[in-house]
Amino acid sequence: MNKFIPLAIFCAIAIALYVGLSLNPSNIPSVLINDPVPEFALPAVGGEEGGFSSADLAAEDGVVLVNFFASWCMPCYVEHPFLMELKKRGYKIYGVAYKDKSWDTNGFIKERGNPYYKLAADNKGRVAIDFGVYGVPETYVIKNGIIRYKHAGPIQEMDFEDKVIPIIESVDK
Amino acid sequence: MIVEAGHFALILACFLAIIQGTLPLYGAMRNRGRLMALSAPAAYGQFFFVSISFGALIYAFIVSDFSVANVARNSHTLKPMLYKIAAAWGNHEGSILFWAFILSFYGAAVAYFGRKLPRTFYVRVLGIQALVGVGFYLFLLLTSNPFERLFPLPMEGNGLNPLLQDPGLAFHPPLLYMGYVGLSVTFSFAVGALIEGRVDAAWARWVRPWTLLAWCFLTSGITLGSWWAYYELGWGGWWFWDPVENASFMPWLVATGLLHSAIVVEKRDTLKAWTILLAIIAFSFSLLGTFIVRSGVLTSVHAFATDPERGVFILLFLFIVIGGSLLLFALRADKLQPGGLFAPISRESMLVVNNLLLSVAALVVLFGTLYPLLRDALTGDKITVGPPFFNLAFGFLMIPLLLVMGLGPSTNWKRADLIGLTSRLKFVFAAAVVASLAHFYIAGGGDMMAAVWLGLGLWVFLSTFYEWAERVKLFKSDAMKRILRQPRASVGMSLGHLGMGIVVIGMAGSAFWGTEDQSIMTYGDSQEIGGYEVRFNSTDGVSGPNYSAVRASFDVRKNGREITTLEPEARTYFAPPMPTTEAAIYSTFMGDLFVVIGEANNKAYDQWAVRLYYKPLQIWLWGGVAIMVIGGLISLSDRRFRLGAVTRRQKDE
Amino acid sequence: MRGLISLLIFIGLSFSAYAIGVDEMPLKDPAQEARAQGIMKQLRCLVCQNESIVDSGADLAKDLRIIVRERITQGDTDEQVLAFMTSRYGDWVLLKPPFEGATIILWFSPILLLLIGFYIIYRNYSKRKPLGEVAPLTPEEERRLNSLLNEGAEK
Repeated sequence: MNKFIPLAIFCAIAIALYVGLSLNPSNIPSVLINDPVPEFALPAVGGEEGGFSSADLAAEDGVVLVNFFASWCMPCYVEHPFLMELKKRGYKIYGVAYKDKSWDTNGFIKERGNPYYKLAADNKGRVAIDFGVYGVPETYVIKNGIIRYKHAGPIQEMDFEDKVIPIIESVDK
Repeated sequence: MIVEAGHFALILACFLAIIQGTLPLYGAMRNRGRLMALSAPAAYGQFFFVSISFGALIYAFIVSDFSVANVARNSHTLKPMLYKIAAAWGNHEGSILFWAFILSFYGAAVAYFGRKLPRTFYVRVLGIQALVGVGFYLFLLLTSNPFERLFPLPMEGNGLNPLLQDPGLAFHPPLLYMGYVGLSVTFSFAVGALIEGRVDAAWARWVRPWTLLAWCFLTSGITLGSWWAYYELGWGGWWFWDPVENASFMPWLVATGLLHSAIVVEKRDTLKAWTILLAIIAFSFSLLGTFIVRSGVLTSVHAFATDPERGVFILLFLFIVIGGSLLLFALRADKLQPGGLFAPISRESMLVVNNLLLSVAALVVLFGTLYPLLRDALTGDKITVGPPFFNLAFGFLMIPLLLVMGLGPSTNWKRADLIGLTSRLKFVFAAAVVASLAHFYIAGGGDMMAAVWLGLGLWVFLSTFYEWAERVKLFKSDAMKRILRQPRASVGMSLGHLGMGIVVIGMAGSAFWGTEDQSIMTYGDSQEIGGYEVRFNSTDGVSGPNYSAVRASFDVRKNGREITTLEPEARTYFAPPMPTTEAAIYSTFMGDLFVVIGEANNKAYDQWAVRLYYKPLQIWLWGGVAIMVIGGLISLSDRRFRLGAVTRRQKDE
Repeated sequence: MRGLISLLIFIGLSFSAYAIGVDEMPLKDPAQEARAQGIMKQLRCLVCQNESIVDSGADLAKDLRIIVRERITQGDTDEQVLAFMTSRYGDWVLLKPPFEGATIILWFSPILLLLIGFYIIYRNYSKRKPLGEVAPLTPEEERRLNSLLNEGAEK
């Protein structure tokens, strides 16, 4: 009877592995979902007007996005057109340049276009850590100062219409 | 053209494997000699064709044929030749082809050395070996073709991860695979025995050398990987309980248990069903490891480019092979005659405890490795199971194992006298305890676990030596004659255990008594560490074949006397762009001095971030493993094993 | 194509200086630095695969190391520093799985499996004692048997 135990254990493991194939171990969901935005105040990207704080985000009425990016981050180039599209559709995107040199950030914006409603610089990366950012780009969907969704990695073709837009719209209601 | 030939050869090998895995097995059932005679030629043919296939891939890498997608993805014209070749097995498709190559090699080896085995058994073993091969060939041909062509032809390849451009790491996969795949032989023997319905001492004598060979390779491969991490990653760590490290460690643990369990089958004709099960499980862990690395279910520094489609294929393959063999075990294990009895205190029971502890260790490592996945699947929570867990859990199991390791070789077969045993060894035990407490006291406290591990390592070392001394009657006359006449298998055992004791002491030293110093230094500054005085001289810009670097120069003195100059580097590779650190290490018998150069602190480039480490007894770790492997090889050369193999000259001994 | 995007993501998310940082010097007080090292060994580097922030050369790891040291000098206890991290990154950032709820079975698995193993061995052993229809030996025969066996027992 107990000769079947090894087989049984293996079957359990095989099932677990099969389920595991459809999971993504490096997709870490945010623990700040439904929490208020962490308190912060960031200066403008060197030489320009701007900068914003958590108070600004809380004061916003509808849904807003906070996008952490950098000019040295290649996937940010992939994401950029989709941010421009979001801006075209009327969404406000607050941009945070993460550990970027101000002339590089400005260059990036000038060359490709500015999707951001307001732009700030997080040179030390501390505010990003407060948000639970672990890489760039990352985008947060915020309503009434509460974080409702986090998108880690670039917003791409495959998730734009199917995932990101519906989520933004549902948060907006 | 050559590449296409390689592809075609692979298809031929697959056909031969299918034949080898079906017709002779049918022939064994019906006693058809002609069908059974197909086995050996099919095995040799398989090996021949896979060699051509693998050779074709290596050729493509050597000439940098970027029309082959695999070469384009993983190579670069600027890479040194050794690494161009190593790139052949440093990627997913190439490594699977490498697996298949070694699998067919072992198949051919068993076909040759096993010529004198009973016919039906021989054919069944080769058949199982071939069927496993079929799985790999199909995997290659259907999902992971290394010979895929690329059009349009890229001018340059993507290069190879610079971390992998290292001699240690070039040889790490071949050694590991020789180990992993070597366990396929014991697997085939086990399943063959289940089909035959018979396991006896002769079977165990057959299994032991192959297990030993696989074990030696696996031990070397794992340690080479650890050693590489130690000198390459730059902070003296050598084991991280990373999922892929665990995937190689689990088969090692089970293989070690199997080695010991096979001894019991051979000597006492008992523990048969358990040994068969272990042989199946050992190879199962090898296959499982292959799955984990390639399917994306777990994150790891080692993971190849992951693809869930491939994951499904491998999982299906695992299900058939492992599930099938475990089912066969469940149904047929009762056919194996139970063997001799033994008392609760006896060498057999010590070996049972050894097996129990090693198996539980392997299961715990498995559980810890898969736990994040299980948790994610069941509750969606993301949890990490890291070194703190593994060190505690594994350490907990190692303590009784090391204690038993010291007692075992001195224990009689069948029935032993516990009182006599403990009284004989009590001095050894006391010596170990006293020495470790003394060290604890001298070192002024510190972690108590350090003393525990030191004591255990000493215990194993001294008790092994004591057992050997008793056996050869070291202090009586003519001891030398007795020493030289010891059977090699015993010598192997003693060396293996001695080596293990040394390894444990080395681990204790390096893990607990190390010191570290991190500071900004400018030219002319000196820093003291580990009894050495390290003086920062200069930095220089240098370049290599595919990188540029900052090379720093440090003078090392001890008691005023100049010892050596160390030159660590901080490199930046260009294809793909990636920075690495090359630490400079000064190794002595008592410890390693480690120097790492970091970033410049100021624009003048004369102040630099420097890290210094002193790792006591580090070399004992590597040396101890080397002794273990030498012990294994000596054991392997024991003539008694060749009794089962073909005797080239008819008169033996 | 998907592989290429994954590669880009990997590079993008972890493209960072891989050298020893300059602005993260160890704390002056060795006891505090030792505490910091102990805490750092328990925190996972988020952008590496399976390394602690002590072992990792990644930029984010360096930032986290600086934060750990800052928090210690500001008077946080070890638990508070760890809580700082988990409140931002979740339990996933801990290398040591928390000893609560579902993970308890993980922590107890070595001892549990050992006990199960012992039980199986005991069951199998006592099942084998009666070796068929052989009549038990008399004490005289037992003694003779033992002496014969011990005489010829190979070591």
